[in-house]
Amino acid sequence: MTGRSRRDDTEDGQPLLEVRDLKVHFPTADGLVKAVDGVSFKIHRGETLGVVGESGSGKSVTFLTVMGLIGSRTARFEGEVIFKGRDLLKLPVEEMRHIRGKEMGMVFQDPMTSLHPMYRVGYQIAEAVLAHEATTKKAAWKLALNLLGKVGIPKPEEAARRYPHEFSGGMRQRAMIAMSLVLNPDLLIADEPTTALDVTVQAQILDLIDRLRTEFNAAVVIITHDLGVVAEHCDRIQVMYAGRIVETGMGRDLFYRGRHPYTWGLLQSIPRLDAGQSQRLLPIKGLPPSLIFVPPGCAFHPRCPYVMDVCRTEVPVLEPAGGPHMAACHLPMETQERIFAETVLQPT
Amino acid sequence: MTTQTSQPSAPHRKAGVTPLLKVSGARKYFPVTRGIIFQRRVGDVKAVDDVDLEVYPGETVGLVGETGCGKTTLARVITKLHETTAGKLEFDGEDYTRYSRRQMRPLRRQMQIIFQDPYASLNPRKTVGSIIGDPYRIHSVVPKDQIKTSVQGLMERVGLNPEHYNRYPHEFSGGQRQRVGVARALALTPRLIVCDEPVSALDVSIQAQILNLLEDLQREFNLTYLFIAHDLSVVRHVSDRIVVMYLGKVAEIAPQADLYRDPKHPYTGTLLSAVPIPDPDLARARQRIILQGDVPSPIDPPKGCRFHPRCPKAQFPICATEEPQLRELAPGHAAACHFPLTGPGDLVARPLPGAEAQGPG
Repeated sequence: MTGRSRRDDTEDGQPLLEVRDLKVHFPTADGLVKAVDGVSFKIHRGETLGVVGESGSGKSVTFLTVMGLIGSRTARFEGEVIFKGRDLLKLPVEEMRHIRGKEMGMVFQDPMTSLHPMYRVGYQIAEAVLAHEATTKKAAWKLALNLLGKVGIPKPEEAARRYPHEFSGGMRQRAMIAMSLVLNPDLLIADEPTTALDVTVQAQILDLIDRLRTEFNAAVVIITHDLGVVAEHCDRIQVMYAGRIVETGMGRDLFYRGRHPYTWGLLQSIPRLDAGQSQRLLPIKGLPPSLIFVPPGCAFHPRCPYVMDVCRTEVPVLEPAGGPHMAACHLPMETQERIFAETVLQPT
Repeated sequence: MTTQTSQPSAPHRKAGVTPLLKVSGARKYFPVTRGIIFQRRVGDVKAVDDVDLEVYPGETVGLVGETGCGKTTLARVITKLHETTAGKLEFDGEDYTRYSRRQMRPLRRQMQIIFQDPYASLNPRKTVGSIIGDPYRIHSVVPKDQIKTSVQGLMERVGLNPEHYNRYPHEFSGGQRQRVGVARALALTPRLIVCDEPVSALDVSIQAQILNLLEDLQREFNLTYLFIAHDLSVVRHVSDRIVVMYLGKVAEIAPQADLYRDPKHPYTGTLLSAVPIPDPDLARARQRIILQGDVPSPIDPPKGCRFHPRCPKAQFPICATEEPQLRELAPGHAAACHFPLTGPGDLVARPLPGAEAQGPG
């Protein structure tokens, strides 16, 4: 990019972002919604973390909290969100505003609702620059054009003068990515960036994110429910269920040595293009739990086919299973390995 | 034409079997007008442009394509929610292209539709029981005093709690709502159900539940499905035969196994290679071809083959001047392409769209 130097204060092996025992609870008329309930993880520069889970698993709320996009009036926070040495939860709103957009960028699922319909696309990108850096409008506009070109929008000069409705879905998502990257952020959070897009466009966008991550040496978080997307584009994966992380590890750990029955359930419930014969799917029975009345013990136990007595009373903690691989399940490790080999790897 | 396909269960293409649904040369154009008081017709959105399709009793035909390829419009044309611009529609040998609403009524009992969005397709002010029971009331096939029992039977069959008869749609989750949609479509025991993206709004674990339900119901009630989806893995899972559409036209049509093993149309090939595979090693090992650009506007589709500006195999000038017709390249396997793929590895990746030169061709 331009001559702006990268802030290198996290090159000493410290994680870029560390979340410690984060809890986000929303008091509502019906009771306390425990959207995020004790989540800890780290993200390092240059890596792509995939966050998987169903609707209501807390995956979006976790990262909206990291971005400081959940107001303290609506939610109660506990824990720490350490980003480059500062606890974001304790930061005043003003300071958080400087970090958001400049040091962290976010791409949302629906690019139509996240772009302002009445401003030209180029203006919206330039505005992000002007909000954070003391430059001229001209320089900001130039930067916007540069980024639009980088994300693969043809004829950036013309495109920048257009309105979001004149863009296709894929183009809008590119514009969103351009906007979130224009200030060279350290962390890019993409919340279901391709869910609204077709497969061919999805492939374009994800490859673009991959390419830009290398170029900008940023860390990327991809929040998704598509296991194919995480398998292809993420280094590390964490699976969330009812506000907690139930399993985390490298991609191969989860796909070839998964330890949590919920992970198995996800793997078995998707039709696969690479499967030899179309087999019957094995859906996870039941529905995700209400976040107000989270089942006691392991939150997954009412849907788990391997439930034991201990699961109903005791909350399992994340136990190491070799390297970065961790899972929160009471099943003995040998049993997990056996079941995974018998049911997930070789379905009968 | 009698041909044996690799799907022994697929009952289609047997000599003498009348297709349950036959679409010939269907077109649906939406006029584009300009001017406020005097509206001039300046063009057409050719959403569906000359599509032929046959669906045989008992089979599931999958319809795939990107946004804007006309798959939903085709579903609406088939169910007469849109009038056709041209072409012919036949149900079990009966031409219903120009049927009035009244004439359509008996046919509606045999042909139902399940919509994509279970949030928008259920009236929020009616109870679920009344939504599912409406087909009974409209077609008066069940005596009034038995409607409730029948509805509850249906609810049980699709996996809803019959005690929830008096609940409203907002009290249900997305998956449960889609079950309501399925129950409503099933009420009149139709022969054909058009499923328009029935699982794309659902979470994966719920999606599997609905797909299995549709599969069970098909077996139980001997249903025929026209299954529309943009998710190629889902389509592969449910379909016996698959139709790939691009910009209002059929690009390829093939038995399920053949299409995925041996795609003939470059568009199908690139589409398949773009699907992310939930297997890290496999995903890394395979070659992916990423299409450039977006689908062109259906108002002014490219001349010749509509796919040529994005096609990695396009040869000029023929692909830009002459429109390829659907040709049968293998039994039951047809593609509209001048230079069909000859096997794996026939597709060569073109450079990614980036800061460098844009503009296909």
